[in-house]
Amino acid sequence: MENFERLKEIVTQYLPDDVDANQIKMESNFTQELNINSANLVDIVLDVEDTFDIQLENEDMDGMQTVSDALKIIENKVA
Amino acid sequence: MNTDEIIQSLPYSEPFLFVDELLEVDAEGAKGVYTFRSDMPFYEGHFKGNPITPGVILTECCAQIGLVCLGIYLVDGQFDQNSKIALTSSEMEFLLPVFPGEKVIVTSKKVYFRFHKLKCSVKMFNEKGELVCRGTISGIINSDDA
Repeated sequence: MENFERLKEIVTQYLPDDVDANQIKMESNFTQELNINSANLVDIVLDVEDTFDIQLENEDMDGMQTVSDALKIIENKVA
Repeated sequence: MNTDEIIQSLPYSEPFLFVDELLEVDAEGAKGVYTFRSDMPFYEGHFKGNPITPGVILTECCAQIGLVCLGIYLVDGQFDQNSKIALTSSEMEFLLPVFPGEKVIVTSKKVYFRFHKLKCSVKMFNEKGELVCRGTISGIINSDDA
């Protein structure tokens, strides 16, 4: 669960005021449930790259709808 | 793309074009000028009897020169009628007023251009070379037909 916690920490910084950090679950959809706009999603991806020392491509971005999608991408790249 | 072609590609026209000339552009940033004509309509109301260029208009000028011109350069000829462009955030600091008739120089530096999002730091100077405003502006530039 360590990756989840690190990701949660990143995502928390970009949450709008009306969404609480404890609403971030594995199945949470970034844009539809956590109300993160697509421009901030880019910042999340860039922070993920720095934190996990990986590089994401356009396809990764397109497939990153939920927190668990992001974790799968991270785990594949870190491995 | 050269500077003239970039100006031609801009998706703005009067009365909302705030770029006269693009002086320099490369992968890292852009530099351009604009003169706020004294007969621009907003001076009548901002402020009553005391015309000063509104901060939102200075921000727009910074965005058009610093962000949009640079963005068009970065997508390298892929910008056309179908392309979408949108401001996503701006954080500006205003230091000096800009009066009717003043010419300004805007410079921008790319922070990053990833996943269609361009983030820049921008600065605007008056003709005396004094810093008028500065800040960070981001936008999405999507050259895909989708």
